[in-house]
Amino acid sequence: MLKVLVAIKRVVDYNVRVRVKPDGSGVAVEGLKMSINPFDEIAIEEALKLKERGQAAEVVLVTVGDSDAQQQLRTGLAMGADRALLIETKAPTEPLVVARALRALIERERPDLVLLGKQAIDDDHAQTGQMLAALWDRPQATFASRLEIDGARARVTREVDAGLEVIDVDLPAVVTTDLRLNQPRYVKLPEILKAKKKPLDVLPLSSLGIDASPRLVVERVDAPAPRARGIRVQSAAELVDALRQRGVL
Amino acid sequence: MARVLVIAECSGERLNASTAKCVACAREIASDVVVAVFAPRGAEAAAEAAALEGVSRVVHVEWSSPPLAASLAPEIVSLAPGFTHVLGPSSTFGKDLLPRVAALVGVGQVSDVMSVLDPYRFKRPIYAGNAIATVRAPSDSTLVATVRLASYAAAGSAAQPAPIEIRSPSTSPPSHTRFVELRSEQGNRPDLQTASRVVAGGRALGSAENFTRLYELADALGAAVGASRAAVDSGFVANDLQVGQTGKIIAPELYVAIGISGAIQHLTGIKDARTIVAINRDADAPIFEIADVGLVADWAQAVPDLIAALRTASR
Repeated sequence: MLKVLVAIKRVVDYNVRVRVKPDGSGVAVEGLKMSINPFDEIAIEEALKLKERGQAAEVVLVTVGDSDAQQQLRTGLAMGADRALLIETKAPTEPLVVARALRALIERERPDLVLLGKQAIDDDHAQTGQMLAALWDRPQATFASRLEIDGARARVTREVDAGLEVIDVDLPAVVTTDLRLNQPRYVKLPEILKAKKKPLDVLPLSSLGIDASPRLVVERVDAPAPRARGIRVQSAAELVDALRQRGVL
Repeated sequence: MARVLVIAECSGERLNASTAKCVACAREIASDVVVAVFAPRGAEAAAEAAALEGVSRVVHVEWSSPPLAASLAPEIVSLAPGFTHVLGPSSTFGKDLLPRVAALVGVGQVSDVMSVLDPYRFKRPIYAGNAIATVRAPSDSTLVATVRLASYAAAGSAAQPAPIEIRSPSTSPPSHTRFVELRSEQGNRPDLQTASRVVAGGRALGSAENFTRLYELADALGAAVGASRAAVDSGFVANDLQVGQTGKIIAPELYVAIGISGAIQHLTGIKDARTIVAINRDADAPIFEIADVGLVADWAQAVPDLIAALRTASR
């Protein structure tokens, strides 16, 4: 029976269209709806499926962030995770620092499987899982669209540019999730109430004894250059004419 | 002085088109660009890399096992000393591999470089391309980065091929990760990532059978075929055709979106196309905000009309 660690991130909800601050200092996130990063939600769902199939014994959630991230941990507990850990820091989280924090946590928790999203939809880095696997010196299976556990081995189908790649990895391993792995469940009210009683521990990032200094400086953030306004045509023939005039046909 | 090590991506024994784009980005960072090719002995990929403009040397590591991240990363780390930068493509190959390299080196990674301001300052998209961040990395350690392929034109051909140095691997692949198989459905069509024309369909097409009608249009245009996430999720086509934030980010000369409403996540994948055409029954679909040429029409009518109009025009 596996112990599964699921790492999640609190991000601006994917349905919210963010705006860049006029002074270029960043993206205005104050007051916006926040959610579990959608790929991480898929990771939680997959861990819960393993538990329901009798392959996992315990599902532990972890996030690295400020105290507001407890909301997303509670949501994950309401989905069905057993307990949660907040590794608390007020500093912005960089993938390498998160990977180091998770690596330190693994020493304490000793999971057989670490599941997390393939990328966070705010900074779009897509790095944390791979970095964790490197620091842990364990296998990585990124962009997973299918996960089958067979004893001490996992067979993972990965969504790659050329199609679907199947690999076998020995456990423990890191698996990052892609969109088609599963459809996360909706949380029902009784579960939300029950989740309030589940254990949620807070651990300062500084207590892990890792180098948490940021390496990348975001100097400024700008809105993307807009595209020029387009034209409307009334028929397929006009469309072909318009493309010829533009020299693309 | 900056020296860049570009990690080549291979498709079998051939060089993937992503490598020439990485070389173009690397040239903006340094004049000394070395390409590392991991391919079997005698593979054409090494000579193809040596023929790219701006490459000063190719290191061909004779690599016979599958190019898995867990195997390649330690080998790349062994090549990295002496280089200020290690660059790879932001394809699924590079996205899988480069963060593993960065962590082994003990540095962060700059993902999806879209422009180089100086060797340690870059622009990269965040929030699905709805914002562009200018990031600075420390200049006192190796810089690991992936290159956003849609932002770069491929490097051209060199007048003289660069020298090729052949090496044996200095590390042995770990046994904990094993390649089983690759299932590909792209067939003989133009490659979606690099095609100059792309025809893509969305949920409105309604079925896998209807989607095949798009292939006729793609053939008439000499285009590759793509799809929205909704079309892939609905099972109309395979995942490797998905265009968008989490699929392929492409920059063709012509992109024709048919029955695609234009979710932000999809628009992220096509923003850099030279000309965007949208055909959709819903006049208020967000795809029209980004389209250069829009036609409000049902796909079932518009696609055959368009094929006929293209045939007439080519006569």
